[in-house]
Amino acid sequence: MEQSVTGGGAAEGLPLPRAFLARSRGAAWGDRVFMGIVRGCVAVFVLIMVGIVAALVYESLPAIKHFGWRFIVTSNWDPVVESFGALPFIYGTLVSSLLAMCFAVPLGIGAAIYLAELAPFWIRPPMGFLIELLAAVPSVVYGLWGIFVLAPWLRVWLQPALGKTLGFLPLFKGPPYGVGMLAAGIILAVMTVPFIATVSREVLLAVPNTQREAALALGATRWETTRLAVLRYGRSGLIGAVLLGLGRALGETMAVTMVIGNRPEISASLFAPGYTMASVLANEFTEATSDLYLSALVEIGLLLLGVTVLVNALARLLVWSVGGSVKAVRE
Amino acid sequence: MSGLSRRRTANAVMNVLAGSAAFVVILPLVLVLAFLIYQGGTSLNLDFFTRLPKPVGEPGGGMANAIVGTLILIALACGLGLPVGILGGLYLAESRDRRIPWVVRFLADVLNGVPSIVIGIFAYTLVVRPMRHFSALAGGVALGVIMVPIVLRTTEEIVRLVPASLREAGLALGLPQWKVTVRVVLTTARAGIITGVMVAIARIAGETAPLLFTAFGNRFGYHGLDQPIAALALQIFAYAISPFDDWHRQAWAGALVLISMVFLVSLAARLATSGLQRQTRR
Repeated sequence: MEQSVTGGGAAEGLPLPRAFLARSRGAAWGDRVFMGIVRGCVAVFVLIMVGIVAALVYESLPAIKHFGWRFIVTSNWDPVVESFGALPFIYGTLVSSLLAMCFAVPLGIGAAIYLAELAPFWIRPPMGFLIELLAAVPSVVYGLWGIFVLAPWLRVWLQPALGKTLGFLPLFKGPPYGVGMLAAGIILAVMTVPFIATVSREVLLAVPNTQREAALALGATRWETTRLAVLRYGRSGLIGAVLLGLGRALGETMAVTMVIGNRPEISASLFAPGYTMASVLANEFTEATSDLYLSALVEIGLLLLGVTVLVNALARLLVWSVGGSVKAVRE
Repeated sequence: MSGLSRRRTANAVMNVLAGSAAFVVILPLVLVLAFLIYQGGTSLNLDFFTRLPKPVGEPGGGMANAIVGTLILIALACGLGLPVGILGGLYLAESRDRRIPWVVRFLADVLNGVPSIVIGIFAYTLVVRPMRHFSALAGGVALGVIMVPIVLRTTEEIVRLVPASLREAGLALGLPQWKVTVRVVLTTARAGIITGVMVAIARIAGETAPLLFTAFGNRFGYHGLDQPIAALALQIFAYAISPFDDWHRQAWAGALVLISMVFLVSLAARLATSGLQRQTRR
């Protein structure tokens, strides 16, 4: 018995045995079920994204209604009288992250240039591996090291020295505590540098070799090739890499909480203790006794989410513009 | 030729500068590891692995509960996050649609950059609020959500590498599409997917922030998935900021154990990938 298949794409019109047809009808059913499961998983993923935003908006509505704009422009944080102004946390997050970027951007991009362009070939894989390990160290371990090694070192050595030589600047005034904005900036730099270096390296490696060959053929030195033909070509990707690092720094919680001193004050000095948005969530979320207190904390989380999503979205688009949209950026 | 010699000097200077930047970047790794091995190694003992924590302020005891807790949380996170991540990645790689995969990929990369503490708040409102108390389940949900984008993206990348000829061979033998996907594509991409999973596990094993108000931690043994559960990273944090010297000592030991776990998993992931590359090159 033979019958022709109808509507079967490339197999259209081919004579096939009926038994086979019966099986392939079953197969089409299997395909539908499988596609359903796979689509369901994608839907779950999209729901997670929507759910995060919805949950944070919903939970922070009371605080948004109660405080309005005052929430982000006033700096009095007093749970006892339920007065919440998040400015010191916003300030702390921005200053610690920018400070970290001051250290991390030149070091990270420098390391990436070395690894992708200048280093001898035998040194590249082991060094790349070490930088990836650096990115794998858990935040709480950096925090532990920050409390017991970095902060005492800052208190005893670096801060007194800076105070003596540059103490006339408001940046380096005040008693050396060790813990504070400077310690947070350094720890954040250590934590974000591997991301910036790894992503920048991938961006540089995605620059086509014809760029390099053209510059070298014109007699350019290795560095001139890098500067004129590679860095310029990959510029938007490098900016993306820096933004990715910035996104990490803004949302980093544990290590910062452990070394920044956790005092909601705005001070010009880098020696003074501060507080960040992520740290206040880490420290006070489980202690929030009233609904308004909790809502205010969630609103800080919402602000943090908004800022990091913006920074990351921009960063991805920039990195993709160089590397092609299929290539994932490894983290 | 002073111009040329100036250019050569600039080249040499930049070489040295970039090289020293690379070494400065690696320096903290050496410093952190040195202190971990020195401080952690001297305070690590058998009690640490087998005993529960002693009451507050009493020296001795260990972190057996935290080690078990971390393993349970990882298992929970894998159970919740892996199906979504792997099948989602499969969809991204196999779908012929143009827009949806782009959007999902973009969302995954953005979710990857969302601070983990914000994901903790999400798990809090989703699980802790309705249940009215902290639980291992909530911690697993938070960690699972963190795993999804990492697994999704690595799965997609690896599945894309599976040659079309293998799929065509399967289809030509009369296998239905879903069987080709499961038996041919997934089997071929297995090593790469396992790598992605291990990278994700290495990432969540050390996560602390999202567990603070989901898993919460406890100082006793395991009491069920609907109860608070200890985690190594949480206990390191609690001990590090405590005023007791003996707890500081245990925090170092815990950090050494945690980082050994993370590095071992990362290393395994790395080896799996290099094996895979050798396979595909052949």
